[in-house]
Amino acid sequence: MMDDICAHITDVVANSVSAGAKKVFIFLEKSTIKNALHLKITDNGKGMDEETAKKVVDPFFSTKTGRKVGLGIPLLKGTAETCGGYFNLKSALGEGTEIDVFFTLDHPDLPPIGNLKDTILILTVSNPEVDFLFNIKNDVINFIFDTEEIKGLLDGVPINSPEVIKFLTNYLDEHLNFI
Amino acid sequence: MKLEDLKKIREQASKDMELRQKQARVKIVVGMGTSGIAAGARDVLKALLDEIAARNLTDVMVTQTGEKGLASHEPMIEVHEEGKDVVIYGNIDADKARKIIAEHIVNHNPVSEYVIEVK
Repeated sequence: MMDDICAHITDVVANSVSAGAKKVFIFLEKSTIKNALHLKITDNGKGMDEETAKKVVDPFFSTKTGRKVGLGIPLLKGTAETCGGYFNLKSALGEGTEIDVFFTLDHPDLPPIGNLKDTILILTVSNPEVDFLFNIKNDVINFIFDTEEIKGLLDGVPINSPEVIKFLTNYLDEHLNFI
Repeated sequence: MKLEDLKKIREQASKDMELRQKQARVKIVVGMGTSGIAAGARDVLKALLDEIAARNLTDVMVTQTGEKGLASHEPMIEVHEEGKDVVIYGNIDADKARKIIAEHIVNHNPVSEYVIEVK
């Protein structure tokens, strides 16, 4: 259903945006040395109280009206635990939410990472009002993609302009081939 | 290729750039809830962005939204055009999304076979 790690990233970030986040930090590290895939997503959205935070990992809980089942987070937690890892969610009302997920890299059930370039592009361009900081790394390369820096360089030219979409597509194509 | 090269884009961008974006003629909203993502909404969004970039559609903006409660029709997209009814397309894939850009957005003919609601 959620066939790669990028689907989970997209899903968690959609939750962050729905929670009013203006800044989202996404850390993804693939380490052969540590035999680990580590994903951490931190936002400054409205956060959740302790009770709600406990409930979002339950597949039969959702804050959305008219829908009783929120599957995104339970699916991610399930995948992490199947793959010999862990899932932690920390949240504070009015401050934001952080998910911290760990997978064993060589576990046979670990889904593929998926198309990270497309994921970064679609998230940053279709949420122009949100600032994203992506930190993608393996054992050798540490790649940073900071939309605040990009918007600063663009100086008023919108990040969702056709010219910028084209540029960022090529830029990610060139720089994000190590993972 | 360096991010610094973005400055060239900024310089090349005409003065009316900010204006034309603020007055985006068309807003396309893609449903990116869990069910939309699972059904392929990411490919749809990427196809829309590719078309906008390739055709240099400066007055079209793509944004995302959460679950719409019509999970069986995901991926769904809404086309909002000023002064017109909102057209909702369902069961969209990347090819259909490209066709919607060509037919609906560029040639002003909504693709009726993919429409699930007009409001």
